[in-house]
Amino acid sequence: MSWLSHIFGEKKATASVAKERLQLIIARERVGLSGPDFLPDLQKDLVAVISKYVKINPEDIKVGLEKQGNFEVIEVNIVLPEMR
Amino acid sequence: MATIITITSGKGGVGKTTTSASIASGLAMRGFKTAVIDFDVGLRNLDLIMGCERRVVYDFVNVIQGDANLHQALIKDKNCDNLFVLPASQTRDKDALTEEGVEKILKELEHQGFDYIVCDSPAGIEHGAVMALTFADEAIVVTNPEVSSVRDSDRILGIIQSKSRRAIEGREPVKEHLLVTRYSPKRAHEGEMLTYTDIQELLRIPLLGVIPESEAVLHASNQGVPAIHQKDTPVADAYLDAIGRFLGETHPLRFVDHEKPGLLKRLFGGK
Ligand SMILES: Nc1ncnc2c1ncn2[C@@H]1O[C@H](COP(=O)(O)OP(=O)(O)O)[C@@H](O)[C@H]1O
Ligand SMILES: [Mg+2]
Repeated sequence: MSWLSHIFGEKKATASVAKERLQLIIARERVGLSGPDFLPDLQKDLVAVISKYVKINPEDIKVGLEKQGNFEVIEVNIVLPEMR
Repeated sequence: MATIITITSGKGGVGKTTTSASIASGLAMRGFKTAVIDFDVGLRNLDLIMGCERRVVYDFVNVIQGDANLHQALIKDKNCDNLFVLPASQTRDKDALTEEGVEKILKELEHQGFDYIVCDSPAGIEHGAVMALTFADEAIVVTNPEVSSVRDSDRILGIIQSKSRRAIEGREPVKEHLLVTRYSPKRAHEGEMLTYTDIQELLRIPLLGVIPESEAVLHASNQGVPAIHQKDTPVADAYLDAIGRFLGETHPLRFVDHEKPGLLKRLFGGK
């Protein structure tokens, strides 16, 4: 840290990152407490459905919770096999 | 009727025992007959914080197992006349705390005319922590402005809402209070740490108080005198305010705002 930033007290403001992360994980764990964590099951079902149409590896489908603004969204990423 | 207050958090080292000692002392100072019980079987510490470690003969588990009666095990506090400490066992394992045993002792304390029974919970979400909150009427959730503490507090709230007797029997739910401890107004102001309003927004329970981070707590524990007795320190005053709010009074929050030091002070140091 330079002497200037020392004097003017420039520090990393990471609290807002902490808050955002907590909002997400707490919301998710609150759901989890009243029922099973459904993401692994959802992932398995998606693999089964998509496998009906394209050949994929189970690891090529990733599911997770994300936050967009005030909404919580389930993000699904499906990597299709390379077409030749 | 005795009111059972559980001091809990999930995470360890956030200030549960410090808070149990000060809240119990504060209630006794207000004239209530109060008992404070250490539920941390195997890691007894409340006796040290209360300064009665050399007077421990029998403990909580001895009473549960009938090796001693409650009267023999309760230690009278040296600072408050109507405050008694029930120490945890140092040698037994946590399973020695049976639900029937704990219930029996709490009932007996109630029969003896105690107004408040403060339960100092161990860390974690296992048996010992669950035993400490099973019979709670009110819960003080101790939280530090730090991610893992906030998350663990939320987990313990879920456990209160599912495993307490009040929840299981469908009675009026346990009354929950948030106590933010080890709070540094400066670091919160600078965006380095969650603010108490952030924490309250995340956990969504009423705020009982904010206890500042302070060296006074270390001095208090060194001497075996609860922090609430460190006269005119922000920590003691913050605990006194919290007691008042617990009893239904209104007190504005103190010690939560950061006053910027002048440029000279920043240039030439000083805390
Ligand atoms: N407000 C505070 N300011 C500074 N240190 C504190 C404060 N509250 C607690 N501590 C310190 O934090 C540590 C853990 O406190 P303790 O009450 O034993 O936590 P727990 O019972 O949750 O494990 C102790 O060293 C204690 O002195
Ligand atoms: Mg403790």
